[in-house]
Amino acid sequence: MAIKIFKNFFKRIINNIFKGKKDVKLGFYGPPNSGKTSLANRICKDFTGEEIGSVSKVPHETRSVQFKEKVEIEYKGKKMVFKMIDTPGIATKIDFEEFLKFKVNKNEAKKRAKEATQGIIESIQWLDDMDVVVIVLDSSKNPYNQVNITIIGNLVARKIPVLIVANKIDLKRANIKKVEAAFPEYEVVGISAKKGKNLEEFYESIFKLSKKIKK
Amino acid sequence: MVKKRKSNKKDLGKIKGFSIQFLPYSEIKNLDSHQRIRKILNIVLGNYILILQGRLTSDEESRLIGDTMAMIGHIKNFKGIELAVISSNGKKSSMIDKMKNNIVNKLSGGDLGAITIIGPATIVKEIKRNPKKIELLLNK
Repeated sequence: MAIKIFKNFFKRIINNIFKGKKDVKLGFYGPPNSGKTSLANRICKDFTGEEIGSVSKVPHETRSVQFKEKVEIEYKGKKMVFKMIDTPGIATKIDFEEFLKFKVNKNEAKKRAKEATQGIIESIQWLDDMDVVVIVLDSSKNPYNQVNITIIGNLVARKIPVLIVANKIDLKRANIKKVEAAFPEYEVVGISAKKGKNLEEFYESIFKLSKKIKK
Repeated sequence: MVKKRKSNKKDLGKIKGFSIQFLPYSEIKNLDSHQRIRKILNIVLGNYILILQGRLTSDEESRLIGDTMAMIGHIKNFKGIELAVISSNGKKSSMIDKMKNNIVNKLSGGDLGAITIIGPATIVKEIKRNPKKIELLLNK
């Protein structure tokens, strides 16, 4: 009996030590073409030298969940290891004809549409497994989109810390104030993943948010 | 895996006007999540724009999106949905207001102050929202 208690106690201590060192699962969520992969690429490139996925002007370029393990981010002398999870953009509709506008042939467009629907289902299923989520929004577009609200609502219900990133601040039509007004209860960081603008503030917020991860 | 099935609903995308169906919250109050989503999608597949009193939970909303995605490509002409919830909950409110809202919602069984609009994407092109107005843009 005493051996069993001692064994369990020892096991708990070991588990806690390793739990503390577990990589933080950092998810990138948001609507299609908001720059999720661009941001994930920027971080991965800066800290590992490799990108996570391809980017394109064609919506739903990312059609399956992509990962990058052991991304060690260093900020102001602090280090944290993340597992980066880049997800397909979530939408409520997919029309293969939309892809035809980007000079994609009909068969390819249909294939893309099918893969995009599956990607959205996969994104939603992954919500449960995140430690911290970055919602990437295009700051030049209207942020009052039900999909954004639904994703955030899901994360709040699961007590997963959320950071809202207003991406594409380099564009003339960018409006961070509008994003802040749409989500007054959340921290909003304006960045340009493409140009690498204001990433310092982004890293600071990520480190701060990672402390709020539920144990 | 969703199997291909023939829809015996009206052909989506072949309408000259549009119809609106109102669904009071009492009609879904006692249904489980699966039944609620099925009821909503049945109405939308019938080419109706649904005005639902109250709102689904965020988990149900994401399930609705997931089920919608699973149906695209399996039901003729179905391209998805447009969805918007009009609610006062997004505004920054004090702790007391939040508590009051929570009590009222618990007593009434849901957020009855909200309105959910769901339409088939073949009919509703976009639901444009800003804090002061909501616009339903229809497909030609």
